[in-house]
Amino acid sequence: MDLDFSPQDAAFRAEVRAFIAENYPQALRDKQRDEEALSKEDYLSWHRILAQKGWSAPSWPKEWGGTGWTPTQKYIWSEEQARADTIAVLPFGVNMLAPVIYTFGTEEQKARFLPGIRDGQVWWCQGYSEPGAGSDLASLKTKAERITGDDGKDYYLVNGQKTWTTLGQYADWGFFLVRTDANAKPQAGISFLLIDMTSPGVTVRPLITLEGGHEVNDVFLDNVKVPVENRIYHENQGWTCAKALLLHERSGIAGVARSKRGLERLRQVARTQLADNAGPLLADPFFKRKVAELEIDLTALEFTELRTLAGESSGKGPGPESSILKIKGTEIQQRLTELALEAAGHYGAPYLRGLPHNIGAIGPDEAHGVAGAYFNTRKTSIYGGSNEIQRNIIAKAVLGL
Amino acid sequence: MDFSFTDEQSMLRDTVASYLADHYDFDTRRTAVKSASGWRPEVWKAFAEELGILGAAFPEELGGLGGGAIDNMVVMEEFGKALVVEPYLGTVVIGGGFLKHANPAGAAELISGVIDGSVTFAFAYAEPQGRYNLANLVTTARKDGAGWVLNGHKAVVIGAPWASHLIVTARTGGAQRDAGGVSVFLVDRNAGGVVTRDYPTVDGRRASEVFFENVSLPASALIGEEGAALPLVEQVVDEAIAATCAEACGVLRKLHEGTLEYTKQRKQFGQPIAAFQVLQHRMVDMFIQVEQAVSMTYMAHIKLSEPAAERAKALSAAKVQIGRACRFVGQNAIQLHGGMGMTDEMAIGHYFKRATMIEGEFGSVDHHLHRYETLSLGA
Repeated sequence: MDLDFSPQDAAFRAEVRAFIAENYPQALRDKQRDEEALSKEDYLSWHRILAQKGWSAPSWPKEWGGTGWTPTQKYIWSEEQARADTIAVLPFGVNMLAPVIYTFGTEEQKARFLPGIRDGQVWWCQGYSEPGAGSDLASLKTKAERITGDDGKDYYLVNGQKTWTTLGQYADWGFFLVRTDANAKPQAGISFLLIDMTSPGVTVRPLITLEGGHEVNDVFLDNVKVPVENRIYHENQGWTCAKALLLHERSGIAGVARSKRGLERLRQVARTQLADNAGPLLADPFFKRKVAELEIDLTALEFTELRTLAGESSGKGPGPESSILKIKGTEIQQRLTELALEAAGHYGAPYLRGLPHNIGAIGPDEAHGVAGAYFNTRKTSIYGGSNEIQRNIIAKAVLGL
Repeated sequence: MDFSFTDEQSMLRDTVASYLADHYDFDTRRTAVKSASGWRPEVWKAFAEELGILGAAFPEELGGLGGGAIDNMVVMEEFGKALVVEPYLGTVVIGGGFLKHANPAGAAELISGVIDGSVTFAFAYAEPQGRYNLANLVTTARKDGAGWVLNGHKAVVIGAPWASHLIVTARTGGAQRDAGGVSVFLVDRNAGGVVTRDYPTVDGRRASEVFFENVSLPASALIGEEGAALPLVEQVVDEAIAATCAEACGVLRKLHEGTLEYTKQRKQFGQPIAAFQVLQHRMVDMFIQVEQAVSMTYMAHIKLSEPAAERAKALSAAKVQIGRACRFVGQNAIQLHGGMGMTDEMAIGHYFKRATMIEGEFGSVDHHLHRYETLSLGA
């Protein structure tokens, strides 16, 4: 048991650090600093730079563009990206859909879809949840019926509504869970379909969240014709794909590197903000104690994640214990935003989104957007299977209760 | 021992509740807070004329109805239930508090203006460097002949865009954090040299950064004793804390009720999610927090008339409980609403945002724990 980074690891770290420093777009940096909304092209620009370097999909099989990095290298990679405050490569294609395609798809499907995901040419969104199917995902009702088109080819005719589709407003394609057998047991009648979002009958409607942002959408599917060859894996066995995908979603959700960076920023804020009496907030025993507790909590999560990574490198895929990473990871992300809001004091109150630029800054820079971030981050214990559902998974699948 | 309300107080509650039910539904409020001015002066006028509630907490000899802090509590709790943004706290509780306790020149006319709805106050006390320490002031008032010249920057002055007058804490002596040297002034919002930058707040109200640039004040602008007003400020802020706790009780009740209602009708796995024991226990814990918050709010109001040290200890204790309840109940209301709780279109998120802001108002949990510790256990 050791934690030492080898000389090769150190060299790798130096290499990726230098690459990020030299290649991360300054225009993106400026927008992030000013908390400007990012456009579709902004999101994809960094992805495409990484794709050119061959680093956009590190975890994939090598033949499709994976880097073949060791778990340690992947860990270093995520740390360096967080350290440099890069935007994240969008997870929907690279981390969520692609493992389903390279695990369950045909050779033809792999060749058709994986390059576009890897290279950041196609934006994917997720069509899982429905108004009546959240935690109980298997109760989904969106219906897909087999029909023969005028061209004599086989299609699914898809009807229904999906919701909470993150950044669906930019999506070129979506991966959807649909019901293909209404009479089977809930999990047994579901298929996994890839749908071109420009198909007639697809409507995306914004959902505004409580902090005022537009991240999520309703997606309406009204007689959408989907070629049968866009189905991944067997008909009525889409739940197998969905479960595998959720495991990947969960293991990536811990966000340790980003939270470590968040803690650094919190320390910085608390060094700048003043306590009730003279001196920085970080010298205030109450606040200091809370930051210390959070750091310890994050350290525990980091080592739990490292143990999971070590397990993966010895050939184990992510298992149900990845629910631990989801629960603790999101709790820590939420705690970070709580403390940032506390640190901002009175200046947590101004609502600056949509305020005309000419009014100038209100309050210190580090207080900008902290309340919005706190409100928005409440979603993390809800999405990807609520933390209550994750506890059910651990109870059943890990503890055998 | 008696925790019941008088007939007058019960009538006051009914009057306010029924007016708000008719005129302050969620959609109407939402439209109003997004409008250019962010509030409805006609609602304020109705409070004064139609309901007559702005005088409830003032003595009869000043034109009021002879009530007091408990009347403020009743009004504020109902306001919390409807997320009322109009400036009752700043005008009646805080402005009225300063005028009643200090009785400065012109107090009677100002109070009659408050009661008829023509005078509104905003309390400019916070400063960018001061966090929650009421004495941490760099705003100064310098003697100038018989009057004063005011200079400084006040942070996040809630309701300032709507106020006819500002009540301003400033240093007339002493060093930045000294208890001595604090004075309070009444400033016309439109006086020369008063510069404001107005903005909305995350919970749907309006506030300003207020800059005083050589503002000339007459001698009569002074409220309370020159250089010795910190005890007065603490008293009024304690009264404001009590009223804010009452508002929080209204907000918390709605968060809890809304969650019960939603989980009873939301079905997953073939049953209402309220049937799951883990959620039942969560809602029980929320309920306990709400009841404890209500108890502490009553306690806080009862102790407002105690000697300063006893009063301060009680109010800090109440604010700690309310702050914790706001966080626990607010966060869990969102969690139990699932994705729906995250949407702008549902009221629950708006109650959560108000609850979150109340956590920090007039001092965070940490601030009041420290104040309580010092008063109760010694420094």
